[in-house]
Order: sequence, then C-alpha cells, then structure tokens
Amino acid sequence: MQHYTMNLTLKVWRQKNTSAQGNFETYSVKDISSEMSFLEMFDVLNERLITEGKEPVAFDHDCREGICGMCSMVINGRPHGPWKTNTTCQLHMREYKDGDTIVVEPFRANAFPVLKDLMVNRGAFDRIIQSGGFVSVNTGNAVDGNAMPVEKSKADEAFSAATCIGCGACVAACKNSSAMLFVSAKVAHLSLLPQGEPERKSRVVNMIGQMDKEGFGSCTNTYSCEAECPKGISVLNIARLNREYLAASFSGDKN
Amino acid sequence: MLNAKIPAGPLDNKWNNYKGSVRLVNPANKRKLEIIIVGTGLAGASAAASLGELGYKVKAFCFQDSPRRAHSIAAQGGINAAKNYQNDGDSVYRLFYDTVKGGDYRSREANVHRLAEVSTSIIDQCVAQGVPFAREYGGLLSNRSFGGTQVQRTFYAAGQTGQQLLIGAYQALERQVALGNVTMHSRHEMLELVIIDGKARGIIARNLITGELERHFSHAVLLCTGGYGNVFYLSTNAMGSNVTAAWKAHKNGANFANPCFTQIHPTCIPVSGDHQSKLTLMSESLRNDGRIWVPAKKGDTRKPFDIPEEERDYYLERRYPAFGNLVPRDVASRAAKERCDAGYGVGTSKQAVYLDYADAIERYGKSEVNKRNLGDISHEAIIELGKEVVKEKYGNLFDMYEKITGENPYQFPMRIFPAVHYTMGGLWVDYELMTKIEGLYALGECNFSDHGANRLGASALMQGLADGYFVIPYTVGNYLSDEIRTGTIPTSHPAFEAAEATVKSRLEKLKNINGTQTVESFHKRLGKIMWDKCGMARNEEGLKEAIAEIQQLKREFWSDVRIPGEINAMNLELDKAGRVADFIELGELMCLDALTRNESCGGHFREEFQSPDGEALRDDANYMFVSAWKYQNESEWELQKEELLYDVVKPSQRSYK
Repeated sequence: MQHYTMNLTLKVWRQKNTSAQGNFETYSVKDISSEMSFLEMFDVLNERLITEGKEPVAFDHDCREGICGMCSMVINGRPHGPWKTNTTCQLHMREYKDGDTIVVEPFRANAFPVLKDLMVNRGAFDRIIQSGGFVSVNTGNAVDGNAMPVEKSKADEAFSAATCIGCGACVAACKNSSAMLFVSAKVAHLSLLPQGEPERKSRVVNMIGQMDKEGFGSCTNTYSCEAECPKGISVLNIARLNREYLAASFSGDKN
Repeated sequence: MLNAKIPAGPLDNKWNNYKGSVRLVNPANKRKLEIIIVGTGLAGASAAASLGELGYKVKAFCFQDSPRRAHSIAAQGGINAAKNYQNDGDSVYRLFYDTVKGGDYRSREANVHRLAEVSTSIIDQCVAQGVPFAREYGGLLSNRSFGGTQVQRTFYAAGQTGQQLLIGAYQALERQVALGNVTMHSRHEMLELVIIDGKARGIIARNLITGELERHFSHAVLLCTGGYGNVFYLSTNAMGSNVTAAWKAHKNGANFANPCFTQIHPTCIPVSGDHQSKLTLMSESLRNDGRIWVPAKKGDTRKPFDIPEEERDYYLERRYPAFGNLVPRDVASRAAKERCDAGYGVGTSKQAVYLDYADAIERYGKSEVNKRNLGDISHEAIIELGKEVVKEKYGNLFDMYEKITGENPYQFPMRIFPAVHYTMGGLWVDYELMTKIEGLYALGECNFSDHGANRLGASALMQGLADGYFVIPYTVGNYLSDEIRTGTIPTSHPAFEAAEATVKSRLEKLKNINGTQTVESFHKRLGKIMWDKCGMARNEEGLKEAIAEIQQLKREFWSDVRIPGEINAMNLELDKAGRVADFIELGELMCLDALTRNESCGGHFREEFQSPDGEALRDDANYMFVSAWKYQNESEWELQKEELLYDVVKPSQRSYK
C-alpha cells in the first residue's frame, strides 16, 4: 500500500462545558501520514495546541482498538466517520487526501449532554441497564455451566446482539435520537437465552420505561442506527424488542 | 522475609480449610461496613457486585465514563477453567501445574492452586449471568486450546471473550447500583490513599469533569486498577490505563512486587511510525493455525509470495519442534526479536515477522472439499473454500488487521511483532490479597500473585474474576469482622485534610511548572528508554544507563512540563501529567528490580544469563523469591523478600523443544 502525507483543514466543535455556548473552530494540520489513525491525527493537533499555549480538544477515547465504546465524534455528518462497521479510533487517515476539509462534532442528543468539546455524557445508557439489563443471579447461585444446553443458533444470535459496545452511535445517527437499537440489543441478548427467561417480561417493560424517562426519542424505522453501528447490530433486534414489549404489556403478570 | 499468611495443611485443602474457619460478619453488621473499590474491570466489577450482594455498602470508582469501558473488555482469546468437559485429562491439578510452570516457578503455589480450584465456578457464574459463550451443536459449551498447554480448557466468545465477561460483571454491578448497594463514581480518579492508625480508611479522588477533590471514607479499600504496561508508552493497554492508584498505595507503604516482570506478547501489529499512540494485539489463537517465518536470507526485500518455500525460515518450528508455533509467549517473543536483531526482519521498519495463513487456508479448503464431497475442483476454488473457513474462525481479527494496515491478510501474510501486553508484577499481597497496608487489598492484574514471571494465555480473565467473585468476598470479611466497632470516621478527620492537601499541592506544583514540553513527549521518551533497556532483553550496563536517564528525565519533567487549562475544571493534560509522573518513578524501580535479579526467568531475560542456545537460565539457588520493594525515599527502596516454597511442584528447566 502506498503511503503519503497530507495537509487538512479541520472544523472542530469547541464548547467549554455543558452550559456554555459552543462553536466551530477551524484548524489546519500539516504532514499527516496516511498510516495514522484518525485519533492520532487529533493527537498531532493537540500537541500543537499545547505548545502554542492553547487548550487541546477534549474527546473521549480509551482502548483505541474498537471495543471499549468510549470514542465517539460525528465526522462529516456521520457517527464514527465514513467506514462501515467501524469506530472512530479505527478510522485511518488513508481515507482522506491532501486538501480535504473535515467537520468534527460531538454526538448530538438531548439525552447525551455535551461535557466539553467532543465529549458527551452517556450515563443514560448505564441507567437503562440498571433498570433491567441483567440476570438476577448472585455470585455463588449458579448451577453447572453445562446443566442447561442452549441451542447453538440461539446462542449465536444472543452473542451477535451482545457485541453492542454501548457507544451511542445509534442515538447520534437517529433523527429522533432514539435508543431503540441499544435497548433492543440487550433485550434480545438476554431474552434469547434460558438464563434470561425468568425476568423476560419485567426487563423489557422496565428498560423501555427508563429509555423514555431519559428523553430518547421514538423509533420511526429509518434504520440509520444499523447503518452507523460500529458492530453491525441488526434492526431485527428492534422488531424482537417490539414483540417482547407487546407480549409483556398484554400479559397480566409482569414477570 | 515477608509472611504471606498461607494457611497450613495440604495444598488442595488450604482454601477449603480457610473458608471453613474464616471469621464472618453478620448481615446486619455488613450494612454498616463500607468498602471502596477503585477500578471496575473484571476484578473490580465482580468484587463490587459480589460485595454489594452480600450487603456491604460499596463505593466504586473508575476514570472512564462507564464501568463497561475498562480495558478487560479488550481481551480476545478466552478464559481457562479446569472443567475437563473435553475429557482430555484436565484437572484442577493440571491447570495449577501448567500455570506454575508457565510462570517459570516464580509464583506462589497456594494462590495458584486456589485460582485453579475456583476457575470452574467462574464459568458457571458467567453462564448464569447470560454470558454468550461459544457452544457446540448439542448446545453445550465449546473449548479451544491455547499456547503453553496440551488440553482444551479455554472457554471463549468468538474473539471477544473479555468483552462478554466484562459486560456480565458490569450488568451484575449495575444491578447492585439499582438496588442501592453500590454507589458508582465514574470519571473519578483516585489520587491519594488515606491511612488512619495504620489502616486504609479512604481515598482522595478527583472528579475529572469538575476538577473538584473529594474525600471518601471506607472501612477497607480494594485496588482493582489493572496493570502498568503503559510505562512503555506503546503497549496494548488502553490509553488511560495507569499505575497511579497503585503507586500512591506503594508510596504510602504497600510493597511493589516483581515490577520488572513484564509480558511482551508475540502477535501484535507492528509500529508504523513515530505518530503511533498504541499497539493492537492479534489474539494468540492465531498461532493455532498460522505459521511464523522470516526470509532465510538476510535483508531479503522480495515480496513474501515471491520467496520460495526453501528460502523461508520457520524459526519457531525449527527451534522448538515439540511446541512449534505454540510455544509460550515469552519464548515466541524473544525468538522474533532474535531474528529481527540479526537482520532478518520484514516490512519497511524491518521490525516484524510474517504470520502466514496460506497453509491453513489450503488445508481447510481441502478438508471442505472432502466434507462437502466436491470431488475434483480447481486449486483456486479450494483456496476460496479455505478462506471461508478461516473467515469464520478468525474473521474479526483479520478485519481488524486490514483496518489498521490497509492490507488484506487473506492475500498477504500478516506482519507481526511483539508488544508490551501485561504486567505480572504489581502490589505485593498475602494469601488474603491484602497489601502491606492493613485494610488495603489488591485484586486482578494490579497484584503480583498468580502468574510468576510469565502469564499463560487465557488466565488473566480467570484471575480477575477469581479474585473478585470468589476470593475477596471471603477474605475481606475476615478483616472487617474486627471493624464493626469502628463506625464511620468523618472526612473532616486530620488524615483526610492532610491527604487532600498533599494532592492539592502536587496538582498546583505540576500546573505551575509552566514549561515548554508536552506531557506526551515525556511519556514517549520514558517509553523508549524502557523498551530499549528494560524490554524483551536486559543487561547490567543498559539498566544502569536507564536508571540515570530516567532520573534525568524526571528532573526535566518537573522543571519543564507544560500543562494548559485550569486545575478546578476538566483538564485532561493535568490528569495525564500525574499519571506520567508516576510512570517515571515506577520505571526507575522496574530497572532497579531487573538489575538486582541476576537470572533470567519468564519475561525477564537478562542477556548475561542464558544457555548456550539462547534460552533463559534460571537461578533457583539464589533467586527463588519474590522481590517486594518497600518505598523509602525518592529513588530509594528497600528490598524485602518472600521466599517461594514449592511443596508440590518440583521446579525444572522449562523446555518446549
């Protein structure tokens, strides 16, 4: 693969804190290698800002290998940038060419308030999990791991849903800021497995209730969540969520 | 000599006897006892959930925005357990034995045996939580093999085992948050330990959003803060992984054990340039099917597929015919370094070797032809079939490689090189996981106890969860049963005042240096010193130079670092500066530790101590001990030792030939 360097113009959202008014700042960065990751390009910018005595751009990131779900950013209008099933930290600069302009914003949703610059508060996701995204089994309660066989196809399907990294790109991509893909992935994961069965009904009702309370919007089936999901979580999970919710709502006993 | 308080009796009864005789805290009293847990990876989240379930009042802290981000999530390969579901001769004893041997006889027998004993309960617990482990068509759990062992005991969830286990523990933790048993403080960093009358009684934490310093009291403090591999700047650790909490504990009196025992993982994606901010691991499971080679001719610049079979050197298969490409990590890493140092490396940097799937693709392709009864089909068609099989087994890893390098690993062999991955060293703990400070515990990678000088694959997840789910709930009770009369100590206590003042003055000092160089530039320089002189191979001269260079770097840091922004607000550079300052001090201790251990064992390879064919040469007569360093003063430590007694296993020269 041919490597090259490029000069770029960046328009980056800067916002001092949650209550402050934010605005775009324009920066030019030079001699960016096509082998760099997108966040390494931001490292270059930040190092320069610090030497110039300015505040570096705040952004969330941690594992930089696409699994922790900490990184965010909307890059030229797309959460996690242009590559399919990819996180911002795994986007590489060979995507861009010399002279390009890149607009970088935080994930935007009422339920994800901006903390600073490109960093948002996704605590709402933790609270949704608290409302029911678990199996109530205390340490020491478990029976032997092979005591309850699980059909392979169901186990695989549950695993696919469970690969959600909780990054919030689905919310940022949705014009309604709906969290349905996130919630449906957890509901599907646990309702497909026999271990999740006892709390199947209360879980879906409580999680949906919490989602509404957090101020996420409704789902209008545009599928933009699936298109931008870095882990390729399928919208079929939302269909399953709706079925689970209906079944739970129409049944008298909530458990 | 340090006393590890190992229970008496035969090895396989120790833990049961301990559990049977340990003091308990009654449920009403548990509600009055508070426990602080710092770090919410596998060890921290599992401990927080389990202790919350027992009824203790738990306060958990993490620097990330949610406990689900902790770097345990990045573990790929799997988790070991002595279930013997495969009927292939596995047992608690074998898992124990493999771990002790893999650790090159530098771990504590009693701890490792306990780890092997509880390993089976971990799998049961995780399955009950809904962790979607890989399964066979019959619906039962699937296993695979991993480096350094000859049985199939590794449970896995595709290449995302760490993620699934962490989410299981995270969900259990969030359930306790909902029940009010655990209070979660995310985006908080512990910056000081509070000690009252010799006992750990709380922490000073910085709220990373507002910059405020907070005082938190507890009856016991558990550090579950992971490893310190980022001292090398480049490692497979997450960007935020740091030693700060453990280092504060160390400077307050907790011994730091075997700091130089670092694991360099053989299969990582090589460095591509000076801009590199971190390294990415490719699961060890790739060595099950891939073959590792370099050109047999020095400086061969031909494309890999232009190099004929007879001009390739499959050096692991050549040097270690018995284990071949599946030798343990330390051995595989050193062998790669040896070839690259000798001038046989590949790629632009020449610091890489090939991991080749061509043979595996062809082999799987042919077996598909048989399975599907396809008869006589073209070679190209066979290769396509083989690629499909490889994709199913390793697809996510191959995709990751392609994203990072821009090269298609189904067509070209991957280029790999060793990288810092795990630290076996850590805070010294006794059998109960208590450090030298009463009431202060260390769990998971943060402690030193179970992996000796080298960790086997798929055992980090096992240890983190063992400590959190099944060890600490017993051992912390033994301590807290004496604390029920302590009551709540108000955070206006002078010890809290003093600890907060220490933190405040340090932050101000850092901020007021107002120099010219960035934190990152210091971290990079530290990393280079450590990698060059305290990395895969060390020698006396280099280590002495490294110590002098680190001391110089420390002076420069404290007189010329530049931190923009404010103290009383979010300040990511200030956070990073504190961590790098601690890494600099730790780096010096690691070099000192490596310098004083005049032997080679596991990941610690002293060039002066090797066999004629380049293998690590242990010195059991003089070094069968844990080096547990006690902090005295700046650049001054006292070496305290814990003798390692092998009652059951007979240490021998590790051989994988």
